[in-house]
Amino acid sequence: MNSASAAQPKNSKTASSAIHASGDKRFKMLDATIKRYQYQQDALIEILHKAQELFGYLETDVLIYVAQSLKLPPSRVYGVATFYHLFSLAPSGAHSCVICTGTACYVKGAQTILTELEKSDNIRAGETTPDGQVSLLTARCLGACGIAPAVVFDGAVLGNQTAETVHDWIHRCSAECTKEG
Amino acid sequence: MDLAELLEIAKKERASEKPVQVRCCMAAGCLSANSEAVKKSLDAAVTDAGLEEQVQVTGVGCMRLCCQGPLVEVKGEVKQSSVDKPVAEETLGTLYEKVVPEDAPSIIGTLTGGETTVQKGDLAQPFFTYQMPIVLENSGKVDPERIQSYIAAKGYQGLYHVLREKTPADVIDTITRSGLRGRGGAGYPTGVKWATVAKAKGDRKFVICNADEGDPGAFMDRSILESDPHRVLEGMAIAAYAVGANQGYIYVRAEYPTAINRLQIAIRQAQRLGILGTQIFDSRFDFKVDIRIGAGAYVCGEETALMASIEGKRGMPEPRPPYPAESGLWGYPTLINNVETYANISPIIRKGAEWFASIGTEKSKGTKVFALAGQITNTGLIEVPMGTPLELIVETMGGGVPNGGIVKAVQTGGPSGGCIPASAFNSPVDYESLAQLGSMMGSGGMIVMDQTTNMVDVARFFMEFCMDESCGKCIPCRVGTVQLHHLLTKISEGKASMTDLALLEELCETVKFTSLCGLGQSAPNPVFSTLRYFKEEYLALIKQGAKV
Repeated sequence: MNSASAAQPKNSKTASSAIHASGDKRFKMLDATIKRYQYQQDALIEILHKAQELFGYLETDVLIYVAQSLKLPPSRVYGVATFYHLFSLAPSGAHSCVICTGTACYVKGAQTILTELEKSDNIRAGETTPDGQVSLLTARCLGACGIAPAVVFDGAVLGNQTAETVHDWIHRCSAECTKEG
Repeated sequence: MDLAELLEIAKKERASEKPVQVRCCMAAGCLSANSEAVKKSLDAAVTDAGLEEQVQVTGVGCMRLCCQGPLVEVKGEVKQSSVDKPVAEETLGTLYEKVVPEDAPSIIGTLTGGETTVQKGDLAQPFFTYQMPIVLENSGKVDPERIQSYIAAKGYQGLYHVLREKTPADVIDTITRSGLRGRGGAGYPTGVKWATVAKAKGDRKFVICNADEGDPGAFMDRSILESDPHRVLEGMAIAAYAVGANQGYIYVRAEYPTAINRLQIAIRQAQRLGILGTQIFDSRFDFKVDIRIGAGAYVCGEETALMASIEGKRGMPEPRPPYPAESGLWGYPTLINNVETYANISPIIRKGAEWFASIGTEKSKGTKVFALAGQITNTGLIEVPMGTPLELIVETMGGGVPNGGIVKAVQTGGPSGGCIPASAFNSPVDYESLAQLGSMMGSGGMIVMDQTTNMVDVARFFMEFCMDESCGKCIPCRVGTVQLHHLLTKISEGKASMTDLALLEELCETVKFTSLCGLGQSAPNPVFSTLRYFKEEYLALIKQGAKV
């Protein structure tokens, strides 16, 4: 795929309603976003956000695709994707558990939660459980210091967490997966 | 759109207000405690009780006492005959704390004489009574998702006044005379900054709102954006008019989805009414605002790094000068201010520079919003006049450490700040006093630490933060923070000698004076301040190690 294929002609109805050349619908959705930003190179971060939302993480193919669409050197796209914490170049688990490690959460025991999980579940921050179910991540500060320590379970923020509550949640996720399987 | 139309919207909005206001906090803290479901069941309870005519349930911004959320405030009474008298704003309502959805029927029931067992908060307690809301005057009162609600609270009148009756020079003069200083931390005089950008030559100019609140333990910018987004937009528009810019950017952290969402709604609503966009209020002033979402990098709070990020690059800082005021975004003159700074503009324009200058201390005017968190009874947001003593904030308003603990120190200014020991709590909170104590105002996070806190560990925690967040561009910061972290770990593990301590101090000086940007320059601050006030803890750990 080259950059020309990204710019679909406006009048071609068949081209826009057909699936993307790669056979992956998600590229078509990414194209729409790129188009909305008028192929502006300074919209790179916004486009990477969208790509990660669509694909779950930024695989090499996607990075190359974005680089070509915006006519940017791949090194620049890779450089940006690796610079920012929120971009992930590796697939993550089906569920995510983000532990806030801001100062308020820290003084109220976020570190204890992490050490306990390391002991009881043998999982460290930044890793995914062996069954691929839960990714354990840390955030710098969620800005929800009033309810410290705060943890985000699959996008939902919960306050006043302990090692037990987090441990239970991780186990529930794994158990659900075994049930379904 | 002209003033008459604006006032008409406000009038209509006030007329549609029902006699009883039920306000449910929909800011981050309460949202994560399930306040959305609470609001839904309050709505349902009102319908069930057949009180739709008289009771209005509104989702509002932060009500400040975050630790007791979800918070619900009920104001006004149900009257038998139809009511034409609006509720007096001054009367205190009833505050309900830790509300769960099941509580809704009994809360609504109290309006028709019922009883409730839901925990009631005390709105007359020091936490609330010592506050002086200027930035947060609408927070917890207006609906952040409805522009009419903001207009009814005198919103956008300042902008109208400025565009139709004042020259840019007048506006800058007013801001300069008000004595407002940047609320992002450094405290640079806002009026001087605006004047520099106004004077700078360039065919385009930009206005940027720095909403990349990266300091761990700080959440006031988040709260302002979630509670009163129009206030920030109005401040930006006034700033743009004053400096001659037509394009604005709000750089927000991706970690703040609610704030981003409400800003998007606010921008759309303002554009629809002709308050943003072209020919605002039928004047010749155009102003467009776009949102740029961050991607998680603390260093992007630094202005030159932030601009690099807006341009779609890695957020690496550049040496200054040239300052953004002369050569900023894409090389054009750029004005960058913090969220809270912009939030102060509209009241200054409406009430005058003299009014603002009469609040606070000689060199620090106005109020400051602090995020009170950590080992303290009342966590949440407070807005107090500059110069308020720390003791009043921590002990009286914050209620001290829960369960009879003793306060050891307060950490202000995030990783760039320092720890202030309890012995210095009589000091007033303003830019100069905090700097004298070896800390800084920072963006306004205040983390209270009790006797159980290990100060060496705290210093190590902040150094780990700076080490992780260093962008790697300059060596003192990239390598220095790693070595400092290593030394601090060695000390806290009891493996260090006095030579290591000397090395630590020396390296701190080097990193401070040779780093490129604020991140590296201020990274050693937590070490300096803990060494200054809690050196015995370092020495004890070293001594303990020597014995082993």
